[in-house]
Amino acid sequence: MPDPSSNVLDQFRQGDIGAFELLFRKHRRAVYGWILRIVRDHAAAEDLTVESFWRIHCAHARFQPARPFEPWARRIATRAALDWLRARRPEGALTERVMADLPSVPAGNPGVAAEIRLKTAQAFARLPPRLRIAAVLSVVEEQPHKEVATALGISVTAAKLRVFRALRLLRKDLQQQGITP
Amino acid sequence: MNAHDEDRIKELLKSALPPVEPGAEPSRDLWPAVLRCLDARIAPTRAASASSLSLPWFDWALIAGLVLFAASFPATIPVFLYYL
Repeated sequence: MPDPSSNVLDQFRQGDIGAFELLFRKHRRAVYGWILRIVRDHAAAEDLTVESFWRIHCAHARFQPARPFEPWARRIATRAALDWLRARRPEGALTERVMADLPSVPAGNPGVAAEIRLKTAQAFARLPPRLRIAAVLSVVEEQPHKEVATALGISVTAAKLRVFRALRLLRKDLQQQGITP
Repeated sequence: MNAHDEDRIKELLKSALPPVEPGAEPSRDLWPAVLRCLDARIAPTRAASASSLSLPWFDWALIAGLVLFAASFPATIPVFLYYL
């Protein structure tokens, strides 16, 4: 008996809008959540989810039905989020309001002063977007390196290197502000 | 940067940017927005490809002139074909 999900993927590859809607309904939450982890802004994450599914629809002919849909969709979503981060001024990112609006689990260390947390967030926002994505997914969201590397379209070693470089630059920026981690 | 520094900076980063709740989902149904996006972006592409098939008026006038000339002087058709 043929697998119904692979049938949907085949139909999607042929450009069937019904199959596309089924895939959208099934994966929208995962794609939205992934983007939210990167951009940390609800409204932007919703817009980027729409943008990602538009890109997914445009790329339907390149999709290989033998491969899982979600990592492929996540990779496209990561690219859309990266474009968004690049287009934004770093000063505008991760403001106090955005941080306050974000649904999050309690911070790991409540003992860290609010001012230091804000300065850290601002310093983090000044990092190059490709380093920021690797660091936020690996360190903050604790996603496996392999998953981060797949989403970024790079090797696991390159993903680890990006995280390391992000942390080093962050430390340097904080030290310049007189904060010694 | 040694391992201790790395751990400290990670801890600081986690405090500054707490992780997103796993169950986060969009506040509205995004499918209508996706459809609007498809309509808005695919329709102009199709219209552009359709308009690229249409010819400017002077091309039509030239074709009409050639047809009229060929109808008026059929003996010139082989000459035209020879030079094509």
